[in-house]
Amino acid sequence: MILGEKLTFEYAAYDETPPVLTLKGVDITVKAGEFIAILGHNGSGKSTLAKHLNALLVPAEGTLWIKGADTKDAENTWRIRQTVGMVFQNPDNQIIATIVEEDVAFGPENLGVKPTEIRKRVDESLAAVGMSEHSLAPPHHLSGGQKQRVAIAGVLAMHPECIVLDEPTAMLDPSGRREVMETITKLNRESGMTVILITHFMEEAAQADRILVMDDGVLVMNDIPRNIFRQAEAMQKLGLGVPGVTELAHELRRRGLDVADDVLTIEEFMSDKAIKSLL
Amino acid sequence: MTKITIGQHYPTDSIIHHLDARVKLIGTIMYIVFLLFVNHYAGYGVAALFLTGIIALSKIPPRLIFRGLRMIVFILIFAAGINLFFTAGETVLFHFAFIRITLEGIMMASHMAMRLILLVMGSSILTLTTSPIQLTDGIESLLNPLKPIKVPAHDIAMLMTIALRYIPALAEEMEKIMKAQKARGADFDTGGLIKRIRSMLPILVPLFVSAFKRADELATAMEARCYRGDINRTKMKAMKMTRTEFIGMGVMICFGGLIFLTRLL
Repeated sequence: MILGEKLTFEYAAYDETPPVLTLKGVDITVKAGEFIAILGHNGSGKSTLAKHLNALLVPAEGTLWIKGADTKDAENTWRIRQTVGMVFQNPDNQIIATIVEEDVAFGPENLGVKPTEIRKRVDESLAAVGMSEHSLAPPHHLSGGQKQRVAIAGVLAMHPECIVLDEPTAMLDPSGRREVMETITKLNRESGMTVILITHFMEEAAQADRILVMDDGVLVMNDIPRNIFRQAEAMQKLGLGVPGVTELAHELRRRGLDVADDVLTIEEFMSDKAIKSLL
Repeated sequence: MTKITIGQHYPTDSIIHHLDARVKLIGTIMYIVFLLFVNHYAGYGVAALFLTGIIALSKIPPRLIFRGLRMIVFILIFAAGINLFFTAGETVLFHFAFIRITLEGIMMASHMAMRLILLVMGSSILTLTTSPIQLTDGIESLLNPLKPIKVPAHDIAMLMTIALRYIPALAEEMEKIMKAQKARGADFDTGGLIKRIRSMLPILVPLFVSAFKRADELATAMEARCYRGDINRTKMKAMKMTRTEFIGMGVMICFGGLIFLTRLL
C-alpha cells in the first residue's frame, strides 16, 4: 500500500549554514491493514517521514508511492491526502469548526461529497469513535481525549485507507491516552484500517504489529515489537526505552532470574514460568 | 477549563431556529430599516407586537432577550438624556437655570428609547436563534453574487469561522500566560492607565507568538484534510428556500407595509 525508496528530505536553512538533512535514504513498505509504530527521539525525522506519507512534504530524492501514485506528482496530491488521513499532536490546532459534527464534515465537504452522503459519513464516523452523543457540542467543551477522537472521526469521514497519527497522545492525560489508543486499535482490528502511529510511549508501540525505529534520519530497526524490545540496551543507546514491564523483566534476568526477555504486557509477565514459581 | 459560549446562540427546536440563515439576516436588516421609518407611537406598537409574536415562535425565554438590554442601559440613558435636554421645543414644561425640558424633548427622548430597545431586542433574536456557523454560511451565500467583483465571499466566511473557533482557545491561553506572569511577580492590577497598558505587553508578546504557531499548525491540518479554498467544495447543511422561507419573507414585507401605514396616521 505504501512503498518508499531512498527517501531524502532537507529543511532549507535561512542563513548560510548547510541545509539540515532530516531524512537520509529511508526505505519503507507498509501493507494494507498493518498497524505500524514509529519510534525515535526528538529530531530523528519521524514527523518528517509522517508528513511525506500524505504529500504534505515531498522527498527531495527518492520516490514514495501511495497505492501506486507518486507523491511528487501534484496531480495525485488530493487523492493521496484522501487515501492517507493524518491526525496531529495538538488536538486544539486541528479542529476547524465551532461544532463537532461540522468539523467532522469539513473533510468530505472539501472533497465535494454530496450533502446527504456527508451527513451519513459524519454520523458513521462519530459512532466509530464513540462521540455520537457529543455531535452538537462546541469543541472547547470537550476533554483532550475527546477532541483527538473528533479529529480521528474527521479523518474517517474522508474514507481513507490509512491513518497516520503523529504523537496523538503526547498532550493527553492517561485516561485520554487510553481512549485514543482503544479507538485506534479498534479501527485497525475491526475495520482493517492501516494505522501508522508515531509515539513516544513504548507501551503504545508494543501494541503494534511492527515497529520502525528512526535515528538521525535513518531507519535503524524494523521488526515486531517483541524483537525490538528484547534489545533494551540498543534502545537505550538510541535515547529510547522499553515498556516498564519489559524493563522489569530485563532487570530480573540480570539478577539471575530466568524470566523471558520479550514480555510486553503485565499479563504475559504474570504468567511467565519463572514468576509463577516465585508466587 | 473556561466555559465560554461563543455569541449567545440558544439552541432549541423552533420554526425561527430552522429558518434559513439568509432569510433571518435579510429579515433582521429589513426590520432595522423599517424601525428607522417609524414616526408615530402606533408604529412602535406594531413593531412591539410583531416582536412579541416572533419571540413566542422562537421559544426563547424572554429573560434572555431582556438580558441583551442590560448592555445598552448606558447608551440608552445617554441618548434619551441628550434628546430630553437639548431638543429645541416650544412647549416648555419645566425650566430651572440652564435646564429646560420641553414636550418635544420628552417626545424625542421616548422615541429614541423605544427605537433602541426594539432594535436591540430584534437583532438579538438573530444571534440567539442562529449558530455562528449558520450565520457565517448565510453571509457567505449572500456575498456570493458579489464574487465577480472580487469579493472573496468564501474566504471571509472561513476567516469568521476560524476566528469564532479560536476566541475561547486564545482566551484560555491568555489566562494561562497571565497566571504564569503573576506567579513570577507581575502586577496587572495597580498603577495608572499607562502603567497597566505597559504591563500587558509581556502577555501580548507570547500570545501573538502562540497564535502564529497555532495558525501554522491549523493550516497544515486543513491542508491534510484536502482544503483548497472553495474549489469543488460542498456543504453538509445545504441551504434551501422552502415554503417556510418564502412565508418568512412575506411576513417581513407585510410588517413593512404596516409600519408605513402608521406613518399616515
